[in-house]
Amino acid sequence: MIISIASGKGGTGKTTVAVNLALTLMETESVYLLDCDVEEPNAHLFLRPRLEGSAKVTVPVPIVDEEQCNECGRCGETCAFNAILPLGKHVLTFHELCHGCGGCALLCPTGAIREEPLEIGVVEWGHAGSISHIHGRLKIGSPLAPPVVRAVKKHAQNRSLGAVSIIDAPPGTSCPVVASVSGSDFCLLVTEPTPFGLHDLTLAVDMVRELGVNFGVVINRAGLGNGGLVDYCRAENIPILARIPFDRKYAKCYAKGGRLIEEFPEIRKILQDLWHAVCVSAERV
Amino acid sequence: MKELLVISGKGGTGKTTIVGAFAGLAKDSFPCETTVLADCDVDAADLHLILKPSVRRTNEFFGLKKATIDPAKCDNCGECAKVCRFDAIAMHEESIKIEPVSCEGCAVCFHICPSQAINMKDVIAGHWFVSDTIYGPLVHAKLGVAEENSGKLVMEVRREARRIAETRGSRLIICDGPPGVGCPVISSMSGVDLALIVTEPTIAGVHDMERLYTLANGFDVEVVVCINKYDLDYKISRDIREFCRTHDIDMVGRIPFDEEVVKALVKGEPIISPDLTSGKSESPAANATRQLWAEILNRLSL
Ligand code: SF4
Ligand code: SF4
Repeated sequence: MIISIASGKGGTGKTTVAVNLALTLMETESVYLLDCDVEEPNAHLFLRPRLEGSAKVTVPVPIVDEEQCNECGRCGETCAFNAILPLGKHVLTFHELCHGCGGCALLCPTGAIREEPLEIGVVEWGHAGSISHIHGRLKIGSPLAPPVVRAVKKHAQNRSLGAVSIIDAPPGTSCPVVASVSGSDFCLLVTEPTPFGLHDLTLAVDMVRELGVNFGVVINRAGLGNGGLVDYCRAENIPILARIPFDRKYAKCYAKGGRLIEEFPEIRKILQDLWHAVCVSAERV
Repeated sequence: MKELLVISGKGGTGKTTIVGAFAGLAKDSFPCETTVLADCDVDAADLHLILKPSVRRTNEFFGLKKATIDPAKCDNCGECAKVCRFDAIAMHEESIKIEPVSCEGCAVCFHICPSQAINMKDVIAGHWFVSDTIYGPLVHAKLGVAEENSGKLVMEVRREARRIAETRGSRLIICDGPPGVGCPVISSMSGVDLALIVTEPTIAGVHDMERLYTLANGFDVEVVVCINKYDLDYKISRDIREFCRTHDIDMVGRIPFDEEVVKALVKGEPIISPDLTSGKSESPAANATRQLWAEILNRLSL
């Protein structure tokens, strides 16, 4: 079972839910926690795993042998990302723009272009107690998050069969989020009862519907504000699977990197109930 | 004309709340000039919830083209599926299909197809808007769900904000930045005059601030830091101060946790109300934000 945890807006408590759900389930299940928020991976700050290995994530980028270039200009016409620019015999390459599609190397009639791996990030893995933790980290200055997300999921793919995999997705609804959430059995959308939380939830709902993933909502900081959120969920027929109350003591615990379920038994109870609700919802389809 | 970017790395640190307050403060500081506001969080734009704009102009945003197959021409040779590195092409029930969500638009399949059965089609990947608010013009955008190329849309928003600022002779553009350190952030950072990082005293906030600082450093952008909700954890706030000291970053503000901010947030209102002239009694967070604003103007020599 793969559960992804997403939210339209950042800072709603996605990582808190992911980490504490993993800690709650580790007693009864084999648990994988995948941190796919590769731009700002944070789950390890709370899990403090022992890292056991790492692998570079690379994109193949073109290297041009100007000796062999016959100035045809094909590579420049091919590249959809403006990452290669032939100026006579000088072919400029902009590796930070390259998506590694391989088009220029494939279509160069003289074979003047070969590809070399460019590091854009890293995948690291290890354990925190019985939880297997895998996270990706985008290299600073590299714009391409989705290949790093895919590398994290790929690393887990065969190892985590039969386990519960919890995916901490990045905020938003664009390509890195889609790469994280697609293929999940269930998606939890974490939100907060403010106009911002509601607005961004509606975007996240559009996304999961588009992906065809079954989903439910977790309200964090419940009690903070208005009922617009509940009305929206009711109108859209979206199940609210858990409510985590608003309390400054939780915020303090989070600030220090503490684990809520260890300090507050009521949170453990909420997350156990959440897990049951997820199982029931996932069964239903 | 100066461009100020407000960013935070992780979400929820209060970045948009601060930008919302700045909008009101800018009107106070430059009553006779236009300050242009730009929401560069094109994925989950929120600034409009505080600024309540009325949209004047809607523009379509075309991202990269996507590949489509003309079944009449396709003879199912499978060459395209071999070259696509994004697993977007596969055989489904005896015919080749392209999965639009996976297609990166590289067009390699288009170039390789022996039967010219593949077309690259423009897709509307989002919209951008020019709106009026009581604080000044706002340029904002909405990227379509599951779309990419947010960086390009951010550039579009910034270009329009600059154009408006130039025609109106503005002194300042305030940009609300996107989360993370990836492509949209990179696009919003290049060439700004000052980047204000809004962080919070949580270990996640510190971690993200450090990554963001490294990125900004690579772009040669001047960075200043402000801690929001600094009294949530004094020890971590001291660590942030220490980080700033050792990296020679100026700490330009500290905003306390304040129930009034939470109330404003729940109502979708700015923490500094538009009709409040300076000097009236305000909440502690609003006061601290006012000081922060003065410090920012100082930095920008405005
Ligand atoms: S590999 Fe693709 S994206 Fe990279 S330079 Fe060549 S054509 Fe452009
Ligand atoms: S355009 Fe590129 S990514 Fe899209 S289907 Fe063709 S080869 Fe694959």
